[in-house]
Amino acid sequence: MFVYADNAATTKTSKTAINAMLPMLEEFYGNPSSLHTPGQLAKEKLEQARETMAKYLNAFPSEIYFTSGGSEADNQAILTAAAAGERRGRKHIISTKFEHHAVLHTLDKLKERGFEITLLDVGENGIVKLEDIDAAIREDTALVTIMFANNEIGTIQPIAEIGKLCHRHGVCFHTDAVQAAGHIPIDVKAMNIDMLSLSAHKFHGPRGVGVFFARRGVRIENLINGGAQERGKRAGTENLPAIAGMAAAFAESCESMEKNAAKLIPMRDKLIRELSKIPFSIVNGDLENRLPGNVNMCFEGIEGESLLLLLDEAGIAASSGSACTSGSLDPSHVLLAIGLPHEIAHGSLRLSISEETTEEEIDYIIETVPKIVEYLRNMSPVWEDLENGTREHLVCKKGA
Amino acid sequence: MLYSEKVMDHFKNPRNVGKMEDADGVGEVGNAVCGDIMKMYIKVENDIITDVSFNTFGCGSAIATSSMATELIKGKPISEALTLSNKAVVEALDGLPANKLHCSVLAEEAVKAAVKDYYDRHGIAYDPELLCSGDCSCCHEHDAPAQ
Repeated sequence: MFVYADNAATTKTSKTAINAMLPMLEEFYGNPSSLHTPGQLAKEKLEQARETMAKYLNAFPSEIYFTSGGSEADNQAILTAAAAGERRGRKHIISTKFEHHAVLHTLDKLKERGFEITLLDVGENGIVKLEDIDAAIREDTALVTIMFANNEIGTIQPIAEIGKLCHRHGVCFHTDAVQAAGHIPIDVKAMNIDMLSLSAHKFHGPRGVGVFFARRGVRIENLINGGAQERGKRAGTENLPAIAGMAAAFAESCESMEKNAAKLIPMRDKLIRELSKIPFSIVNGDLENRLPGNVNMCFEGIEGESLLLLLDEAGIAASSGSACTSGSLDPSHVLLAIGLPHEIAHGSLRLSISEETTEEEIDYIIETVPKIVEYLRNMSPVWEDLENGTREHLVCKKGA
Repeated sequence: MLYSEKVMDHFKNPRNVGKMEDADGVGEVGNAVCGDIMKMYIKVENDIITDVSFNTFGCGSAIATSSMATELIKGKPISEALTLSNKAVVEALDGLPANKLHCSVLAEEAVKAAVKDYYDRHGIAYDPELLCSGDCSCCHEHDAPAQ
């Protein structure tokens, strides 16, 4: 059996997306900036895609800028707020310790420009506290940037409340909604979101394309200079096939959001319930405010990479954290941010399922993971020490 | 692929894995905070390592390097086992990714730590320099070897 359980890394491109993309390659190949008919037909398709994205975010089409993906949108949003802050002498930014590196590394760069960065704790449940944000906001705060849902542990942040709080203080609010878009409802107006980033390949669209949403009135800083595409804010001939594929996938995901969640949540909870029976295991992140398809657990006494390799051998494609950091030897910064000790954080497993996941596949995961954990524990000197009492358990739960 | 076929073979079918109850020497190196611990057991007769086994907590390459190191020293005189270098382990595995080379250093250290334990238990005098890989996540008295 083969089970793809790494949908938080990327998703399979849907038939809907592919069918929307093909005519853009074969028929509407004109350059949307050209005055001739093929160009204008392509331009029409481009604007239709923009309208679709705007509709499902409750934004105006003129607030949607197409980018190469979530990372570019995160960079552009943060640098836009930083430039606005600099013009007004505000050089303080608030974020959290468990943001995606597209946010954290951009903030690191801003430190070199004299910005002061406050990274808030997210607590054991992986949810930022409103009072912490409130207490951190200062006269010179230029931006609050907090992810909509975490990419590793799937915890959903109180975005509407954060937006309201920022709005009250007159501080710009950006959210990295890469993991949320297409999976949970987003309404930029109702949630007081000034800027937002999303990426198509997380909701069955193609990769290499995303959206940077910036509310009307935000003076956008260019990352890529050149032609007048995207209202002069993002140069480069538009990737129309990818953009059309994204719009089709986003519409489909948003239309079937409730139905998908109703299918996914019970499967997710079954995985959590059954895998928690493994002795000395823990579930990472809040159980309620959690993406419908996210499971993240740690198993004491084993290391994540060997677990993943053996799962792959058994036909299960999973991850130990984010795909972006799998080359690194350090444990996940997200798991450290929720207070896990290094020893535990090394033994993490993220399973991210999609609406295509079947009950049989869930059962296969439930059957396979405990066997592999046991196998690895049997050859682990750490587990031996835990068992004979020479090393103290850091996970107190014995399993259900 | 991240790993060579040999690494995957030794990871999936580790040789000489498991605890040895009547070992003459046991060495443990690494630490759980860094995510790798190797424990190596040796049985010695007439200065020959007649049997060897290991238990490892760590990534795929940590398990594969442990396995390969046991293969390389099994049946060898102690003096020869002590010359086992991390490079030899890496070569025998057809290479390791750059960020995993430290696993091979750990494997070399594990062998030396097991021999040191054997010497200590049996009151055999030795030159401490011979039992040090020169790196040491264990003693931190030396600089890391060039990788």
